[in-house]
Amino acid sequence: MRTILIVAAKEFQDGVRNRWVAAISIMLALFAMGISYFGAAASGGVGFTSLSTTIVSLSSLAIFLIPLIALILAYDTIVGEEEQGTLILLLTYPLQRSQLMAGKFVGHAGIMALATLLGFASAGLMIAIFSPVVSMEELLSAYPLFVFSSILLGWIFIAMAYLISAVASEKSRATGLALAVWFLFVFVFDLALLGMLVATGGSVADELFSYLLLFNPTDIFRLLNLTSFEATRVQAGLVSIASDELMRPVVLIISMVFWIVIPYLLAVWRFKRRVV
Amino acid sequence: MTQDAIQLDEVTLRYGQVKALDGISLTIPRGEVIGLLGHNGAGKTTTIKLLLGLLSPASGAVRVFDTDPAHSPRAHELRRQIGYLPENLSFYPQLSGRETLRYFARLKGASPQEQNRLLQEVGLSHAADRRVKTYSKGMRQRLGLAQALLNQPKLLILDEPTVGLDPVATRDLYNRIDILKQQGTTVILCSHVLAGIEEHIDRAVILAGGRILALGNLDELRHAAQLPMHIRVRGSLPEEGWMSRIGEQGVSLERINGSQYLFTTPESEKIPLLRTLVKEPGVKDIEISEPSLEAIYTFFSSQWRM
Repeated sequence: MRTILIVAAKEFQDGVRNRWVAAISIMLALFAMGISYFGAAASGGVGFTSLSTTIVSLSSLAIFLIPLIALILAYDTIVGEEEQGTLILLLTYPLQRSQLMAGKFVGHAGIMALATLLGFASAGLMIAIFSPVVSMEELLSAYPLFVFSSILLGWIFIAMAYLISAVASEKSRATGLALAVWFLFVFVFDLALLGMLVATGGSVADELFSYLLLFNPTDIFRLLNLTSFEATRVQAGLVSIASDELMRPVVLIISMVFWIVIPYLLAVWRFKRRVV
Repeated sequence: MTQDAIQLDEVTLRYGQVKALDGISLTIPRGEVIGLLGHNGAGKTTTIKLLLGLLSPASGAVRVFDTDPAHSPRAHELRRQIGYLPENLSFYPQLSGRETLRYFARLKGASPQEQNRLLQEVGLSHAADRRVKTYSKGMRQRLGLAQALLNQPKLLILDEPTVGLDPVATRDLYNRIDILKQQGTTVILCSHVLAGIEEHIDRAVILAGGRILALGNLDELRHAAQLPMHIRVRGSLPEEGWMSRIGEQGVSLERINGSQYLFTTPESEKIPLLRTLVKEPGVKDIEISEPSLEAIYTFFSSQWRM
């Protein structure tokens, strides 16, 4: 455990020192405030709107940005350290590969959690202060879940980045794989599902369709952030057809945890077999 | 507990179709300084990786202090006792020298006092708080040496340790190796600068194509190689008598200038030749040079290529 914490502390300090935490926080805060204020521009005006609309807009922002940030933060964690030449030295030290990876994950997860919290909390505070339509009580009812699930979303893509990093033989390949993963889960997956709906004339059973959504962590995230807002389901696009059973937050949160654990364990398994 | 630090027994390892090590057996007693020599691709790095537990042999057995470095439950503990300086050394550029050493020291369970002492010993105290990316190659190498010496290792593996070091730092390194040897540390020294390590190793092992070409101390290797030695003579020699005797005994003579001669002789003829030379009234000085480690290495390597 001590070894894991030593590695984690180093990764976390690196993240703070390289200004990763600051950069991610500021970017998330600015985008969040911008999208909260200008998000309703399409309907004819600017300004803060209802909380439900704000959360839907922020969810779209989070789905777009957080996976990308997490992948960029962690895609080279193994392959990059191998190319840099420090991995071989580390592995001759008294630490197991699983400990090294656990330490790195704790460090990266900490960076991502802190930056997301700082970024979205400051945006939330601004909304609470300046929005005439959203009260602090209303905000506190839904916003913490949004921030918490955003952190989980970041951790999911850190775990995926580790798997990429443990599989890729070169850093350049890892970059390509990371971009492919991002495209797959942020764009391609939903397009494919839509295509399937169109091709079958909508005859796919709702039940099956709902479960297919669980295969995309960004869809789970979207589902989770819509549970408290019946009114927003019409704005939620594809996920609005999910069955009520799946909309239970506990099911969705467990699904997200699975999406962290499984890629992470696969990454450890691959790393243990990697020849350095 | 055996007296041996390292035992390799019929070790074979392949990278795909390429046999990196082909039935290597080698025993290194505790406290020995051994030179691991060979051209690029000879199997040196593979051997080191086996000792560090980074690779496992396809067949045969590897033991470091009676422990299998790759699979034993005690391998974790073994790594506390091994110091390693890799050939292509690199560190985290964003960390300072002190932070780098602190990170590695924490992983190895070494004390903060030891970190400071090592920084001082390798001559990096003045630059300890600068980022490693501002370090010269020699400074990085010295930092690498400091991390290898953390926790007073019982086995020290140094892969090209003098690369980037200036002559003073190189001499300091060899002095340190001599001291470590006196303290009972086993040292494996890989280097292409053979002239530098010659005086500091107990034995040398010469690898090529994943096999051991030669193993022994310098005298044993010289004997095995049967290389001629050179005797340089200053003074004057009566020409006719000398020229007639050298042809018969495998000795050759080259006249360098009016007052210098160079004899090339097999080892067996060294003493008879010297006896004769000291009796010559015209001889003022005799200088004997035995085959260097470099000459021995070149000989064995060329034998393997033939």
